[in-house]
Amino acid sequence: MARSMTLTEKILAAHSGRADVSPGDIISIDLDLVMANELSAAVAITEFRKIKGATKVWDRSKIALVPSHFTPNKDIATATLSKMMRDFAQEQSIEHYFEVGRGGIEHVVLPENGFVGPGMTIIGGDSHTTTYGGVGAFATGVGSTDIAAAFATGEMWLRVPPSIKITYEGSLRPFTSAKDIILATIGQLGVDGAIYCALEFAGPVIRELPISGRFTMANMSIEAGAKNGIFPVDATTEAYCAAVGKKDYTIYYADKNAQYAQSTVIDCSKIEPQVAIPWLPENTKNASDLNDIEVHQAVIGTCTNGRIEDMRQAAEILKGRKVHPRVRAIVIPGSQKVYMQCLKEGLAEIFIEAGCVVSTPTCGPCVGGHMGVLADGERCISTTNRNFRGRMGHVKSEVYLAGPYVAAASAVTGHIAGPEQLGKPVAA
Amino acid sequence: MILKGTAHKYGKNVDTDVIIPGRYCNLIDPVELGKHALEDLDANFVKKAKPGDLIVADTNFGCGSSREVAAVALKGAGVAGVVAKSFARIFYRNCINTGLPIFECPEGVDGISDGDRITVDADQGIIRNESTGKEYKATQFPKFMQDLIAGGGLLNYVEKRLQEKAARTT
Repeated sequence: MARSMTLTEKILAAHSGRADVSPGDIISIDLDLVMANELSAAVAITEFRKIKGATKVWDRSKIALVPSHFTPNKDIATATLSKMMRDFAQEQSIEHYFEVGRGGIEHVVLPENGFVGPGMTIIGGDSHTTTYGGVGAFATGVGSTDIAAAFATGEMWLRVPPSIKITYEGSLRPFTSAKDIILATIGQLGVDGAIYCALEFAGPVIRELPISGRFTMANMSIEAGAKNGIFPVDATTEAYCAAVGKKDYTIYYADKNAQYAQSTVIDCSKIEPQVAIPWLPENTKNASDLNDIEVHQAVIGTCTNGRIEDMRQAAEILKGRKVHPRVRAIVIPGSQKVYMQCLKEGLAEIFIEAGCVVSTPTCGPCVGGHMGVLADGERCISTTNRNFRGRMGHVKSEVYLAGPYVAAASAVTGHIAGPEQLGKPVAA
Repeated sequence: MILKGTAHKYGKNVDTDVIIPGRYCNLIDPVELGKHALEDLDANFVKKAKPGDLIVADTNFGCGSSREVAAVALKGAGVAGVVAKSFARIFYRNCINTGLPIFECPEGVDGISDGDRITVDADQGIIRNESTGKEYKATQFPKFMQDLIAGGGLLNYVEKRLQEKAARTT
């Protein structure tokens, strides 16, 4: 009889043709989807060309290529990388290539187009590929050579990770979102607390969480060092799949007696809006304790918080209010679809009225690429996922991580603030 | 393979953004990348590091991004290997795939100071601090990874897999 397995182990066993797998096993898995952006693809394509016997990719319908990081191209060097990927997509007749203007940030684009679903195995040339665990997929980030190998074979070797189960009890406080929960979790685990491990999320708070929030949390699993982060599939997941047109998936459940390397319970009733201060995502504090920290820029969007639900949270705060004179507020809908939805719902108007710039979908400022790079001594409150030294620009600039509510409230006050600290909107 | 060089010692959580900042991620050439290796952590690193030197660091080295250019930038700067208490998982894979030797050795890290001369027997995983005369043993790679490295890396392994598949279908 097969051993009792965690959700991650179940998916890995099914994709490696084994009855069961155990943590530490080194296995080869069949991949359902391989993703790359222009930065990782350029190197991957160069490596792919070196493989003798690989002239064609293994399956042109299971590869997604998404220009996202420095796009629309910020300079000649990045234009060259984008062109490499575009030419490769054409040469190999890759079915899922999302040109600028028809896509956006990969981790927003793939889910909303129905490419990720429960039980899938997905790798991406981007560390935040963990995002797709939000719908119960095994999804992990890898480097470009691993992507090249996957282009050729549709397989990847990996070491089966031990699983850590985190159960979220209680209920969310007002203006506390998925971002605050995951920041609090990373604060508790530390940036290497889940190194080489799988994070499996559970509990009543998770069951109430929309898929957008699950994506936010799975996205940041990597910031605790995890190989992947995964959510159990439920009615919310299935409704999401139906809405985006994802069909033909297999639902796996963790066994009752599955073994976890660690089990933790987090009481969400105690979590206030969080901020992670430089230089690590684990440096979490209550937003209300950081009021004396002035900010010069606010970034709202990206693969962590660039979905329509995130835009609505920011708009809820910014409606009828003005961005502080010292602050540049940059709102970045995660995809063209999210951008269009912002227009339809009047959110773009709210942002512009408030004094924000509304940017084309791009990873831009998060990686210090473009569209909001920081100067020496500048400080940004950001809904992105990393606050490493120099992440958004100058080595002496600073990034403070938060959810959309806190980022928007801080843009208004000019210092770090929770939404409950704002006065009444100035105009209806 | 024997690696010999000076140890440049750093702390915990040396992330990929300080190994090679995002602003240089539009570069591909190892030498160009190498000019900016560790720039945001230690602006003098490239000036003081000599080809063949090694990096010695605490836990979670290489955390963050999947950018393979992080491993490539270190190689481009002449770094012969990295000894750390632990490595972030994507960086770990990227080192195996790009041929940057890495050694997981907590005791060695504690026993090596910045500027010490060290010798590493890469095949045996023996790290010797020439400045103190002490020796340390790195954690052994699992058998699969040893074979992968000995077989010339991932792309050679892939070529073999493709041949196996072709043989099965004919």
